[in-house]
Amino acid sequence: MRQQVLVLYLATSALDSQVVGWSRYDGTGRTRPTTGDSDEPPYPTGLAALQDGWRLFQASQLLPPQSGHEYDVSFLKHEFFFEKVEDGSHP
Amino acid sequence: MENYQHWAISAHDRYEQGTYVRRMSTSQQLLTSVQVARFVAQGFLRLDGVVPREINERAVVALTEGLPEVSYGTPLGKAFAPDTFVHELLALPVVAGAVESLVGPEPTVDHQAVHVREPHEGQAQPLHGDAIIDVRPDAFDIQLMYYPHEVTAEMGGTLSVPGSHLRRINETDVGRVQNLRGQTRLTCPAGTVVLVHHGIWHGGRRNDTADRRYMYKLRLNPTVPQVRLWDVSDLHDPAVTAELNTYFPWYEQATARLEIYNRVLLWRALTGDESFDVEYWVTRVSNRPTLRSHA
Repeated sequence: MRQQVLVLYLATSALDSQVVGWSRYDGTGRTRPTTGDSDEPPYPTGLAALQDGWRLFQASQLLPPQSGHEYDVSFLKHEFFFEKVEDGSHP
Repeated sequence: MENYQHWAISAHDRYEQGTYVRRMSTSQQLLTSVQVARFVAQGFLRLDGVVPREINERAVVALTEGLPEVSYGTPLGKAFAPDTFVHELLALPVVAGAVESLVGPEPTVDHQAVHVREPHEGQAQPLHGDAIIDVRPDAFDIQLMYYPHEVTAEMGGTLSVPGSHLRRINETDVGRVQNLRGQTRLTCPAGTVVLVHHGIWHGGRRNDTADRRYMYKLRLNPTVPQVRLWDVSDLHDPAVTAELNTYFPWYEQATARLEIYNRVLLWRALTGDESFDVEYWVTRVSNRPTLRSHA
């Protein structure tokens, strides 16, 4: 069994909002995605990834800002992890 | 050669009275307020193909052979011998003016580095900010990135993320993120200089060619308050506000507003104008009337 992982960063906490960032990790070894390898996201929204067969397995929590740090900006907030799992004997 | 003129505050400075020092230069091409506002919004300034071919050719040789060590904190004026390519690079009026506009006269050298992306090396650097998390609200370092030869898309030019410099992350903690809408995958002609804010998210991309790719990096620390160091004659140009109000495609909808908020604070620090605002973002949430205000 091999896992392919897709990470989508969305414009809001809604899964059907626009993709603003993305990462791929390929456990099958067939592709080698890396930093800065594409300018266009694989899907326009998180929902579009679901419709293409990706399974959501983690979504970032909605956490209130820490007191005194309400205006700070840091990591992208709306991170969603998807997977596709395939059976077989791929390396 | 530099001189200073005292300029009367204009009517645009609604809550300030008095005079301020405007920096003038006769030997350097200082940045305009619009250009500095763009730097505050985007976190970088590109100067494409500004370095002459002879300096580029000498630089490639020098970068191959290795550079003399420069100690942390060395004044820039004493760091590089006159016959070095770095000295000549920094003496170019367009480069000298941009550097002085951002970090002022007589900055010190933090460090320099030669970055090499090897042919077909197969892996990119993870996205990162340099050094360690650095959240100074009223000061910043710049990093000069110099590309002595042409950089094509296949050569893995530096990836950078416009508008990421105010995001508080520590080095490669953001490395999980591979791509962001609106990211810049640098391609440029030989002799290009990019000046970046210390906080910019960036990384060397994978080099898919058979040629080595070089980049020379020099980090500079200011030694004076970074207040109105540029040519401020266009300080109240509406284009300044337009630059500071730029949204980037990778911003989350809500956080984008916080980006503008934080830019306003930085612009206030750089101009000394505590009344400046964009779309009322800072003013609105700072409004705390007191009982005395009704007296």
